[in-house]
Amino acid sequence: MSTSNVIPGSAAVDALYDEAEHWHVNTGNASIHAKRLHGRWRTIKWASAGVWLIFFLGPYLRWDERQAVLFDIPNRQYHLFGVTVLPQDFWMLSLLLLFFAILLAVATALAGRVWCGFFCFQTVWTDVFTWIEERLEGPPPQRRKLDAAPLTRDKLRLKATKHGIWLAIGFFTGFSFVSWFTPAPSLWLEFFSGQANGAVYITVALFTVGTYLLAGFLREQVCFWLCPYARIQGVMLDKTTLVPTYDERRGEPRGRFEKGEGAQQRTFGDCVDCKQCVAVCPTGIDIRGGQQEGCITCALCIDACDEVMDKVGRPRGLVRYASLDELEGKAARPLLKRPRVWVYSAILLLALSGILHGLSSLDALDLKILHERAPLFVTLGDGSVQNRYTLKVLNKMPEPLMVRISVTGPPGLTLVGADAPVSVHEGGVTAAGVFVKVPKKNLTQEQAPIRFRVEAVRPNGQVIASERTSVFVGPPR
Amino acid sequence: MAENNPFPGENNTGHVWDGNLRELKNPPPRWWMLAFWASIAFWIGYAILYPMWPVGQEPTQGVLGWSQMKEYQEGLDQMVARRARFEDQLAAMTPAQIIEDPGLKQYTLAAAKVLFGDNCRACHGTGGAGNPGFPVLADDDWIYGGTTVKIQESIVGGRQPAMTAHEKTLTPAEADTLAKWVVQMNETVGKGGSDEGWALYKTKGCTACHGEKANGHVVDLPSGDFVTVGAANLTDGIWRFEPGGYDSARHTILYGVNQAGVTQTRNAVMPVWGPDPARQGQAKLSAEEIKKLVVYVHELGGGY
Ligand code: SF4
Ligand code: SF4
Repeated sequence: MSTSNVIPGSAAVDALYDEAEHWHVNTGNASIHAKRLHGRWRTIKWASAGVWLIFFLGPYLRWDERQAVLFDIPNRQYHLFGVTVLPQDFWMLSLLLLFFAILLAVATALAGRVWCGFFCFQTVWTDVFTWIEERLEGPPPQRRKLDAAPLTRDKLRLKATKHGIWLAIGFFTGFSFVSWFTPAPSLWLEFFSGQANGAVYITVALFTVGTYLLAGFLREQVCFWLCPYARIQGVMLDKTTLVPTYDERRGEPRGRFEKGEGAQQRTFGDCVDCKQCVAVCPTGIDIRGGQQEGCITCALCIDACDEVMDKVGRPRGLVRYASLDELEGKAARPLLKRPRVWVYSAILLLALSGILHGLSSLDALDLKILHERAPLFVTLGDGSVQNRYTLKVLNKMPEPLMVRISVTGPPGLTLVGADAPVSVHEGGVTAAGVFVKVPKKNLTQEQAPIRFRVEAVRPNGQVIASERTSVFVGPPR
Repeated sequence: MAENNPFPGENNTGHVWDGNLRELKNPPPRWWMLAFWASIAFWIGYAILYPMWPVGQEPTQGVLGWSQMKEYQEGLDQMVARRARFEDQLAAMTPAQIIEDPGLKQYTLAAAKVLFGDNCRACHGTGGAGNPGFPVLADDDWIYGGTTVKIQESIVGGRQPAMTAHEKTLTPAEADTLAKWVVQMNETVGKGGSDEGWALYKTKGCTACHGEKANGHVVDLPSGDFVTVGAANLTDGIWRFEPGGYDSARHTILYGVNQAGVTQTRNAVMPVWGPDPARQGQAKLSAEEIKKLVVYVHELGGGY
C-alpha cells in the first residue's frame, strides 16, 4: 500500500470523473449500457456461464449407440446414460426438483443470489448479448451515441448484424432445447428438410423470439419485474449471508478526490464517488444504497471498485462479499453453528439418497396388482372361494419378454388363467387377469395375504423377477 | 381552468385535487397500443373466419365453415375408423373364437364393460356380483350352462323358469324336511343330504325338474351337454335365492318361482335382449353387442 503523499493514479481517477456523468442509476426509462471491465469476478462469471455449454453440446453425447441423455416424450422413456427411466419412476423427479430447490435455498442463504449473478439463463444470455453489442458497436458512450444518431447505412449495417447474431443465438437456444427431446443428429436433417414435427418448429420459434426479446431488450427488467425468484430472495437472506456489499463505515462520507490530494489530507471516507460501481452494474443500481432487490449479486462492482481503490492507493474491498453482521462489527457465526445449514443439508442429503436409491433399485420388471372389488370374492359351486386380480406387468428392458406369473398364499390355492406366460413388449405394460381359488375351509381369516411373483428370462439368460403382496378376501367370519 | 393551472406545461388535463394530485395525458406505452390494435385485428379476423354474429336464427357461419358439431363428428368418425379394425374381425367370429385371441378378447372386454354397465348391472351387479334374487355371474354355477353358446342363448332369448308352489301339496313337516335337506346338500356340496330328505325329493316330483342327481339336469346328453328347465343345482354350495339357508329354501319350496296368483312367489325373469316377438321382432341389443356381452360374462370368472 502506498504511503506517499500524492496518490499514484490520480490522472486515471480524473478520467473516471470525466465519464462519471454518464453513469446513472437505473430508473427504467433508458437501456442500460454497462461498462465492461476485466477482473476476478468477471473471469468467474465467464467460467460459470460456461456451464451452459452443456446445454448446447450435451445432446451430441452418445452412449450405447444412442443419445446419452434423451427425454423421449412420445415413447415415454427417459434415457440417462445407461439408465432408462419410465414415467412410473417419476417420483424421483420430485426428489430431483426438491434437491435443486433446496440447493437454490442453500446457495442463497449462504452467499446470496449466486444463481442470479452467475448461472441464471436470463443474466447469462443478457451478458453474452451485451458482449456482442460491445464487440460490434463499441463501449457504452459510443453505443449511446449510435442509438441517438440518425439512421445511416453504417448504423443499419451494425444494427442488422447485431440483431442477426442475436436471433441466431435465440435459434440455437431453441434448437438445443428441442435436441434434448428429439434425437439431435436426425433433428438437423429433419428440421432443415421441413420434415420435423410441427411442435418442433413452434418450440424453436418461441425460443428464438423469446430469447431475442428477453436477452436483447427486456434484460434486467426481467429481474426487476418478471422474475419471482428475485422477490423471494428477500426472505432467504439473513444477517450472516455473504453478499456484495458496500462497506459504509469505511466509505462514508463519500467525496470526490481532489487533485494532488494526499492520503493524510483526505477528510472524506474511502469512497471517491467515481460511480464506477454503478457503471459496471448490469442492472444499473448503486450498491452503495445497500442490499436491494435489483442486485443480482454478480459481484462485478467488486471488480470495479477494487480497480479504483488500487488507483487511489487504498486497500481493496470497499465493495466486497460481506455479511450484515460483519459490517456491524459482529463476529461471523461459523458455518456449522447455523441451524439453516444443518436443516438444508439434511434435506439435500435425503433427496439425494432417495434418487440414488431409486436409480439403483430400478426393477427390470414392475408389478402392480389390482384386486377386483366387485365382487370382492365369489363362492364357487364346489364351495371354494375365488378372487379375481388384474396384474399389470411393466417391462423396463429393451426387448420383449415372456413373463410367468406365480403366486403363494393360503394353503390349497389354485391359480387360474396364468398357464401361458404373458408377453410384454419393451417399455410396455400388459394387464393379465387371473383368478385364485382357495377351499373355504383353508381360509382362517377374512383377508389373507397373498404374494404374486412375475419372472422372465432375458435373451442373455439373466432371470429377472418382481414380487408384490396383495390380499385374498373370503366371506366374513 | 388552464389559465390558473398550478402546474403549467407538464401535459396535465388541468384537473387538480388536493392541491397537487393531477391527471396527466401521457400516451400509453407503444407496446401497449400495439397489443391493443393487434387484439382488435384478431377480433376482426376471428369474425371473418369463425361463426360469430347472431343474425336471425343462425349465427354468421364464418368462411372456414367450422362448427363444433362438425368437429365432434370428425372426432367420432376417427374413433369409429380406429375401432373398425377390431370390429371387422369380431363380426366374423364366434365368442369362443374371440376368447382365444388375447388382443381381441381384451378389446371386447373393454367395450362390453360399458354395455354391461348400461344393460345388465342393474340386476346382476357390478362385475356380475349378483343381487338378492338375481344370479351371480362371476361364479361357476350356471343353471342354463356356462358355455359361450348357452350364455348367448340366455341373453338372446331371455329366461323365464317356473317352479310350482308346494304350499298345498306338501305338509308343513314335509316342507320342513325338504328345506333342511336342501341346506344339508348345500353345506356338503351335495354329499350329505338326509335319507328322508332324498326319499321325499324323489317321491314328491322334484326330480322332474331338478333331475335324478338333484343337480338341475333333467337329462345328461352324451355330448356332455344337458337338458334343463332352469331348476337350480341343489348339489353345489351356491344359493339361487339369497340369503339362502333354511327359511329362504322353505320359502321357495312353499311359494315356488314365477307362479301366477301366488303372491309370495319368487320372481326370476331374464328379459329377452335379442329379437323379441313381443316387440315385432325388434331387439334391445344388436347381435354384435350380445356377442361382446357373452365374452364379458363368460370371462367374469366362471365360464367354461
Ligand atoms: S450492485 Fe454489484 S453485485 Fe449487484 S448487480 Fe450491480 S454490479 Fe452486480
Ligand atoms: S464504491 Fe467504489 S466504485 Fe463505487 S463510487 Fe465509491 S469508490 Fe467508486
